Amino acid sequence: MQRRSGIQHKSTEMADLSIKLGQLDMINPVMTASGTFGYGEEFADLVDLSRIGCIIVKGTTLKHREGNPYPRMAETPQGMLNAVGLQNKGVDYFIQHIYPRLKAIPAAFCVNVAGSSIDDYSLTAQMIDDLDHIPAIELNISCPNVKQGGMSFGVKPECAAEVVAAVRKVYHKTLIVKLSPNVTDIAEIARAVEAEGADAVSLINTLMGMAVDVETRRPLLSTVTGGLSGPAVKPVALRMVWQVAKAVKVPVVGIGGIMNATDAVEFMLAGASAVEIGTANFVDPSVTMKVVDGIDEYLNRHGYKSVQEIIGALEA
Amino acid sequence: MKKILSDFIVSENIHLNDHYILLKLTTEAPLPDMLPGQFVEVRIDDTPEVMLRRPISINFVDKANNMLWLLIHLIGKGTFHLGTLREGDKLNLLFPLGNSFSLPDSGTAPHDKPFLLVGGGAGIAPMLLLGQLLAERGYRPTFLLGARNKEDLFELEQFASYGDVCLSTEDGSLGEKGFVTQHSVLEKQTFARIYSCGPKPMMMAVARYAKSHGIECEVSLENKMACGLGACLCCVEDTKDGNQCVCKEGPVFNINQLKWQI
Repeated sequence: MQRRSGIQHKSTEMADLSIKLGQLDMINPVMTASGTFGYGEEFADLVDLSRIGCIIVKGTTLKHREGNPYPRMAETPQGMLNAVGLQNKGVDYFIQHIYPRLKAIPAAFCVNVAGSSIDDYSLTAQMIDDLDHIPAIELNISCPNVKQGGMSFGVKPECAAEVVAAVRKVYHKTLIVKLSPNVTDIAEIARAVEAEGADAVSLINTLMGMAVDVETRRPLLSTVTGGLSGPAVKPVALRMVWQVAKAVKVPVVGIGGIMNATDAVEFMLAGASAVEIGTANFVDPSVTMKVVDGIDEYLNRHGYKSVQEIIGALEA
Repeated sequence: MKKILSDFIVSENIHLNDHYILLKLTTEAPLPDMLPGQFVEVRIDDTPEVMLRRPISINFVDKANNMLWLLIHLIGKGTFHLGTLREGDKLNLLFPLGNSFSLPDSGTAPHDKPFLLVGGGAGIAPMLLLGQLLAERGYRPTFLLGARNKEDLFELEQFASYGDVCLSTEDGSLGEKGFVTQHSVLEKQTFARIYSCGPKPMMMAVARYAKSHGIECEVSLENKMACGLGACLCCVEDTKDGNQCVCKEGPVFNINQLKWQI
């Protein structure tokens, strides 16, 4: 693997950080969670985008979506609730206006695909299949903030299977399926999407939550409920990653409250092949670089030659 | 404008009263040019209940001393923590963020009708930098600053060095009694343009005045935000161009862009 000069490492012998998800080759296991990193460009002044394993861009739908009314965000202890509601300009706009800009950036991109019907998902995926510089999609069957679709596909194994099967027919590159934690048995959903051809599963999307302003007796979000993210959800996410990693053979991508390299390594020990950094980007926009360097430092300190050695290495 | 993530050192934390501070921050690298209306996102460390950065508007840039001033209303856990900072403490800033109030070209003759800069409460903060830049361009703006009482009006000498200052307090302890929009200067004088920052009801009243008098008006919004970079889409304002990020497309909007019922 190519390394950049100028980065301080404790050991001169550097570990191999490369990871493969399906056919997606990544230089390291650090990805950005959809909706927390825009299209990458927003962070270009602050981060070397080429050093991120894969940038997962904002959830994209077949048609333009305005999202939910303001207020869409509330801070809660060690976390935040959001109810953005998949605001985006639609896949046509993405292909015509955003993709040409992303093509010019030397970084790896994956598009998060969301929808309200099976046709929405498969049509959007099919259009992105044609884009040379997008080697993967993450299928969002777990958004808690849209009235129709989104999470409703992700909470029942048969619905999850149906949408993944439809997308698999038209999408030929790496298909990651993002799972909802708002279910009784997440491993069952993971097995269902694996059976229909998912190349990897990523989890967790946000946990449904709410917050109230007692002075005004009103909810803090326009939609009353929203998705909880940040360190508050990390123990739940870690437990679910551990359960899913034992249940499926495809790689698992760990998401949920990862704020630093130690958190990332926890997820990898629990069975994740890669991680997504989400809410932490709002606290420290350069956090992805620190996680990449920190994983490298951990591997060197423990004498591992490759990051693959720590995947599922939990001694339990 | 390139965004910077950098540690600053607290040079002074002046407690103006028990709920306002003026934080003067320095940093090693020379400060870049910053536009009036832009803001910084301050990281609040060591407070387990506060995770997200806090957006604070830029009050003033003291270029001679490479110092950034933040005038902060202590209203919640995040800002309370900023109140406890001492000289020498470190503070991490993401800046400069957002658009700016639109400045007239420099070198043109001062208008016979002045610009009116209306600040209420902590909203007086960005008016100082705006006033300074207008003064540098040869204009003499009129400041209309309002607060609950005289204890909450600050930096008045500095404001006076850039233009005419009109004051309103709700209790009448300084200037005229009442809200800024009840101030007599609005009846006595006509204005070329109005810039405003403050509580939303105040800005809506200012916008109503501007609209009824056919005056261009810009307001600075403070919707709750997370990233500050236009990535998370949390802080959107419903505008005639759809939902726009206050942190990126704003915080300053022309009132004609907004869907306010005025």
